[in-house]
Amino acid sequence: MKPNDYTMNLRRDVFQAIADPTRRAILMLVASQAMTAGAIAANFDTARPTVSKHLQILTACELLTPQQNGREIYYHFNPDKMKEVAEFIEPFQRMWEERFDKLESIMKNYKDKNGAI
Amino acid sequence: MKLKTQISAEDGKQELTITRVFDLPVELLFKAHTKPELVTQWMGNRILKWEAKKHGSWQFETADPQGNVMFRANGVFHEFVLNEKITRTFEMENTPFDVQLEFFEFEKITDETSKLTMHIVYRSIALRDQMLQMPFAAGLNMAHNRLQDIVSKLK
Repeated sequence: MKPNDYTMNLRRDVFQAIADPTRRAILMLVASQAMTAGAIAANFDTARPTVSKHLQILTACELLTPQQNGREIYYHFNPDKMKEVAEFIEPFQRMWEERFDKLESIMKNYKDKNGAI
Repeated sequence: MKLKTQISAEDGKQELTITRVFDLPVELLFKAHTKPELVTQWMGNRILKWEAKKHGSWQFETADPQGNVMFRANGVFHEFVLNEKITRTFEMENTPFDVQLEFFEFEKITDETSKLTMHIVYRSIALRDQMLQMPFAAGLNMAHNRLQDIVSKLK
């Protein structure tokens, strides 16, 4: 792999990587068995180049590892990377962020409607 | 983009802290935690009981779009100090997870801004880590379900 922009801020990009539903679906798929890009793409309605782009991002984040096997390249899931980078806190943080954003907008609205507190 | 909500969870500890600064007067921030008709809106749940006072109890549930109850939790308010502090227990029903202790501290920053600090204490380090991972696991499950939908459409 050539070094590229994705490795610049690995931590942030891994979270971006797993924030995308298609990429999460790809990870689930490959977690059960190593697959070629073609076999992965066959599971999605998405255009093949889009799937390739997702694979490129997941590979750059080291969540997937490509391995040459004869003429084919198989993508393997890297669970250690997943554990190492995620520490699984980000979705927990987002869950609270969303709740609190909602709280803030509801209470601003409440204030407007009720005038003084 | 940096999130406004910060989580502090040190390795090897059975507690965590959630902090957030709100663009709201502290009175409104506190009210959002005491009025059941407001709690239900931002928590996205159905309130079964909400006795917002010392030694009062609470219970809420969440349901899927078909109305099936997915999750129910309950607890007791141990302390209730207007615009300052709420101490409560939180327990998920029909799960093996032990009850957790939650301290909410409300602070005025300016007339129009305030800060909430939630300090949550779990029975064990393992339980804390499990709770932190739960939204992540749910995200993967959602992806998995979506995948099953896609695969079943292919059949």
